[in-house]
Amino acid sequence: MKHTISVLVENQFGTFNRVVTMFSGKGFNVHSMSIGETESPEISRMTIVTEGDDKIIEQVVKQLNRLIDTIKVVDLSGSPKVERELALITVFYQKGNRADIISVSNIFRGNIVDINNKTITIEITGPPDKIEAAVNVLEGYGIKEMARSGTVALKRGEQVKGDKKELQQNNIQV
Amino acid sequence: MKETKPVMSGAEIFFECLKREKVEIVFGYPGGATLKIYEKLYDVDFLKHILVRHEQGATHMAEGYAKATGKVGVVLVTSGPGATNTVTGIADAYMDSVPIVVFTGQVATHLIGNDAFQEADIVGITRPITKHNFLVRDISELASSIRKAFYIASTGRPGPVLVDLPKDVINSVCEFEYPEKVEMRGYKPNLLGHQNQIKKAAERIRKAKRPLLYVGGGVIMSGGYRELHLLAKENNLPVTMTLQGLGAFPMSDPQSLGMLGMHGTYWANQAVNNCDLLVSLGARFDDRVTGKIDAFATGAYKIHVDIDPTCIDKNVVVDLPIVGDVKHVLAELAAEISSPPKIEEWWEQIHKWQEECPLHYEKHDGKLRSEFILEKLSEFTKGEAVIVTDVGQHQMWTSQYYKFNHPRSHLTSGGLGTMGFSVPASIGAAFAIKDRPVISISGDGGFQMNMQELITAVYHKLPVKFIIINNSFLGMVRQWQELFHAEKYSFTDLSDSNPDFQKLGEAFGMKSFFTNRPEEVDSILEEMMQIKDGPSLAEFRVEKEDMVFPIIPSGATIKEMMTKRLNPKEMI
Repeated sequence: MKHTISVLVENQFGTFNRVVTMFSGKGFNVHSMSIGETESPEISRMTIVTEGDDKIIEQVVKQLNRLIDTIKVVDLSGSPKVERELALITVFYQKGNRADIISVSNIFRGNIVDINNKTITIEITGPPDKIEAAVNVLEGYGIKEMARSGTVALKRGEQVKGDKKELQQNNIQV
Repeated sequence: MKETKPVMSGAEIFFECLKREKVEIVFGYPGGATLKIYEKLYDVDFLKHILVRHEQGATHMAEGYAKATGKVGVVLVTSGPGATNTVTGIADAYMDSVPIVVFTGQVATHLIGNDAFQEADIVGITRPITKHNFLVRDISELASSIRKAFYIASTGRPGPVLVDLPKDVINSVCEFEYPEKVEMRGYKPNLLGHQNQIKKAAERIRKAKRPLLYVGGGVIMSGGYRELHLLAKENNLPVTMTLQGLGAFPMSDPQSLGMLGMHGTYWANQAVNNCDLLVSLGARFDDRVTGKIDAFATGAYKIHVDIDPTCIDKNVVVDLPIVGDVKHVLAELAAEISSPPKIEEWWEQIHKWQEECPLHYEKHDGKLRSEFILEKLSEFTKGEAVIVTDVGQHQMWTSQYYKFNHPRSHLTSGGLGTMGFSVPASIGAAFAIKDRPVISISGDGGFQMNMQELITAVYHKLPVKFIIINNSFLGMVRQWQELFHAEKYSFTDLSDSNPDFQKLGEAFGMKSFFTNRPEEVDSILEEMMQIKDGPSLAEFRVEKEDMVFPIIPSGATIKEMMTKRLNPKEMI
């Protein structure tokens, strides 16, 4: 089963590499991994989509926690969350089907971000399954190239605030 | 008025930090990137620097020192090849949770990534084999990085930490301030076990009919052997130990069942297989212990005490995990058990197993055998020596025939299985251990992997006794070739390619001995024990094709245990 794991790490040289090295060294699957800044400049958030049975996911979480530079690890699977991914998809068009492609883009609430005399580039944002659906349809027209950001995710509502509070408390406690 | 802080060079800060960490000894080798440190070392008087002959030797010496004392072993090497030569020792320390800090020189920060002379990305290389590592990119981070390195290496589950020191960082200057406290929000080892879990465990022990304590290296590292002794003695519990756990409980005590696992005793393995309660203390259910996982201690309720949460449920799923420092948990556990379990029948059964299949070897054919030498050595030193083994048959025979009575007296490469460990590790231990003999035991193969360090022992007049059990084979590999690989003795026969070890020892300036006769073993050991002003060496030429028994083949169960050499027909 796929799991989305959110990891807060120290925003330091080599931290991303440590996580990647751990995943490859332990033979864990990675579907996507993204990293970016958080509200606090010295902390980065990694969102990792991985796959495995309960025993493997338990090890993934423990091994992530074991890294010195990780501050907090949360398996978001099973809790209410917001998940988003961004894809840029460049599709070939012919004279007759340009409007069709644009309407597909509209159905998925995509934006046309580039066009020339052969190709059209669409930006689509949404949960990973929505991106999958869009890619499936657009494949019919011929995809020239595609770039996907990987999933980013946050817990919904109150719990996010709780996280932050806990973090601040941690800072004081240390 | 603001307090002024002293301005120091990187090299000065480096040594000031080592002083604050109470480092007494550094194993190192100078080079281009560390010249400034070695320049400063000239004026440093609070520590001893030991010049090794190869950087791998330095890391094993630091391990030997750390394992024998519980203190952090320190290594100082240069960049590039100096750094990469430490890799095996670091990996070894990682697998066996040995606290060492390795300082490597690095090219100047502006040259990093340029393929500069003697440049290697040692932080990248060692990332998967260190508990943590640092590249100090600015001198302002130097003191805090070193402080953290020692803290991380020595706390929680110990392990190696590497600190990479670029040349320009060492050469520049900065105000020095040593952080009083280490602040890392991502690293807070949990020392206290969960109260309720401990209570449950105590209740389980009290009610058990066939309990067994399965003791690993964690008990020694945490210093929990007194607590273990108390728990075992007060409740009359049988104790089996892993390779790294040997000595945590005295092996001359009748409650000790010796080692378990692949080459463990018959009765220890029977006990594991038949117990109704298995209490794992600072051990990690290694595959050499468990054999086939599905068949391991199937009838037992399993309690697992470990400071590292990743160890729990990694190989064997347990019923009651307790994450915490094993010393602390043991103390609580001992206090919590209201009355000892009633296990007389269990002990009767264990004694039956002990009589059924004792350790044995051929004693009456006049040939010299490894088991005989190790048994003699055990009698001779009364289990009081510090024994440093290498990897292979002699290592397993030592674990079977030497009766370790103290913690930190059996030093060996367990997890990684590094041949070439014993010679340097025994030297590292001998720098710290002065009141007991330090004895290095190697096979003829492993001895040759780091024998360049013999001169380090000679130069420093360390009374290490180097014992070579020479069967003219890479014996353990040969054993597997015989048992499992169609008797194809591919590249394991050293009969025609071994050096003359006695002459070799003499060339290094050591009193050296040779024998292939059992009746001479006593007198050689006796003479070696008398040599106190320097090392000595003995080559014991033993039977070529002896095998370590019992053996449970890899991934098999106790049913497949072989206790003696079978003739080919019996094997099928």
